[in-house]
Amino acid sequence: MNNIPENLKYADTHEWVLVEGDVATVGITDHAQAELTDIVFAEPPAAGRTLAAGEVAAVVESVKAASDIYAPVSGEVIEGNEGLADNPALINSDPFGAGWIFKIRMSQPAEIEALKDAAAYAGHISQ
Amino acid sequence: MSDLQRTVLFDQHTDAGARMMGFAGWEMPLQYAGTLEEYRAVRGTVGVFDISHMGKFFVGGPAAGSWLDRVLTNRLSTLETGAARYTFLLNEQGGVIDDLYVYRIQPEKFLLIVNAAKTAEDFDWMSARLDPGVEFSNSSAEYSALAVQGPGSPAVFRKCFGRDVPTARNRTLEFERGGEPLWVATTGYTGEVGFEVVFRNADAPSLWRALLTAGCQPCGLGARDLLRLEMAYPLNGADLSPHRTPLEAGLGFFVDLAKEDFVGKAALDRQKAEGVPCHLCALAIQGKSPPVRAHYPVFSGERQIGETTSGGLSPTLGVAIALAYLPTEFAKRETPVEVGIRDRRYPARVTKKPFLTKEP
Repeated sequence: MNNIPENLKYADTHEWVLVEGDVATVGITDHAQAELTDIVFAEPPAAGRTLAAGEVAAVVESVKAASDIYAPVSGEVIEGNEGLADNPALINSDPFGAGWIFKIRMSQPAEIEALKDAAAYAGHISQ
Repeated sequence: MSDLQRTVLFDQHTDAGARMMGFAGWEMPLQYAGTLEEYRAVRGTVGVFDISHMGKFFVGGPAAGSWLDRVLTNRLSTLETGAARYTFLLNEQGGVIDDLYVYRIQPEKFLLIVNAAKTAEDFDWMSARLDPGVEFSNSSAEYSALAVQGPGSPAVFRKCFGRDVPTARNRTLEFERGGEPLWVATTGYTGEVGFEVVFRNADAPSLWRALLTAGCQPCGLGARDLLRLEMAYPLNGADLSPHRTPLEAGLGFFVDLAKEDFVGKAALDRQKAEGVPCHLCALAIQGKSPPVRAHYPVFSGERQIGETTSGGLSPTLGVAIALAYLPTEFAKRETPVEVGIRDRRYPARVTKKPFLTKEP
C-alpha cells in the first residue's frame, strides 16, 4: 500500500533519512503525506541552523492542520528545499524525491543506528 | 468514533474511499479523492456532499408563518410558496443560536434546515415558544439530504430527475420520486450554482448512485469549508456564536427589524441605536504565508484587536484568508492589520466580502 524504500532510515515521527557520507537528506514518508492530506505550505529550516535530534526542524501545513517535522539526527542544516516555497505539493506527489525538506551535516552519525529500517517502519505504521 | 452518528450513506462513503472525521456529533467524510481536487470539481464541474447530518424540521398550519416571524429574525410569513430564505434563531440577548434555511414548500407548510450540532437545541428552544395550532416536528432522523454544487449541477438535475432545476437562487420544488416526496432548493454553501435535495432515508443509496453516475465528484467537509470560506459564508460555532449578534456578523440583511417582535429583537434594536461595537471582517494576507486558522491573533501595531474565527488558504486567490471580529474602527475596507501565525506576524488587509467574486 504505502511506498517504503529499502535504502532509507525512518523515525517514529514519520521522517525518512537518506545517508550519503556525513550528509543526511530528510523528508516525510508517503504514509505521513497521505495522513496530512493536501500540503499547502512548507517552511524548511534555514541553512546554518544547528539542530539536535528530536528538535522541531520544519513546519508543514496541509489544508487540514499544521504539523511539526522533527530532525531525526543532530547537525547543521546545509540546505532547505527551496522548491517547496512555490510547490509544497511536491511533498504529496514525490515524498521521497523532489519533496525532500532539508539536508543536514550530521554531528553524531551514530544516531542513525537508532532509526528504523524499512521493515521496522512498516511494522510501526501498521500498528 | 463509536459514539458518533452515521448517515444512511456511511457505507457508500467508505466504498468511495472517504476518510471520515467527527463533525457535530456525526461521522462524516473529510475527503475522498483529496480536498483540493474536490474543491476544483465544485468550482469547475460538479460535486455532491452528503448533508444528511443537518436537522430537518417541518412547520405546518395556518399560523405557521406568523409563528416563524416571531421566533426567527427574517420575515417568513411573506415568503412565497416555492421560495427559500436564510434566517437566524437568536437568544434573548440577540446572540446567534443557529443560522438556518426556511423553505416554504406549500402555502401552509415550511421545511427548516438547521445545523447538525444545534438540531436538538433549536428544536427544544422553538418548541418552548410554540404557538397554539402550529404543527412542529423534528423529522431529522427520517430524511437524508444531498447538496449538488457546481456549474454542471443543472445538467445533473436533468439527468437524475428528468426536469429542469430553477435557474434563480432560493427557489424550491416539491415532487415525487418513486412515490416518495422530495424537496429541492436552489441553495448551497459554496457560491456555485447548485441545489440541495431532501428526501426519505430509503431513497438515499439510489439517489447517491444516480448523482455519481451523472458525473458528481463526491466531496467532503474539507472542500466544503474552503468553498464556503471563499464566499465568506459563516460557519456556526466558529464565525457565529451565542455571544455575537447577526449585526456584528455583518448579516443584518437577514434580520427584519421592521417586524413587530421576534426573540432577540429588543437587544438588536438597542445595539443598532448604540452602535455595533465590532464587525466580522474578511482578512486577506498580503503575499505568501501559511494558511490562517481559527484563533490566530490579529494585531494593529502592537495591540491585539481580535482573533480569527476561521481561515484557510484560498486555492483560487492563492493567499491565506480569514474571518475575524474586529472593533468597528478597524472594520473599514483596506485597513492594514497583521495576523500572528506561530512566532511571526504577516501583513493583512480588511477586504470585501465575499473574497471570491463569482460570475453571475
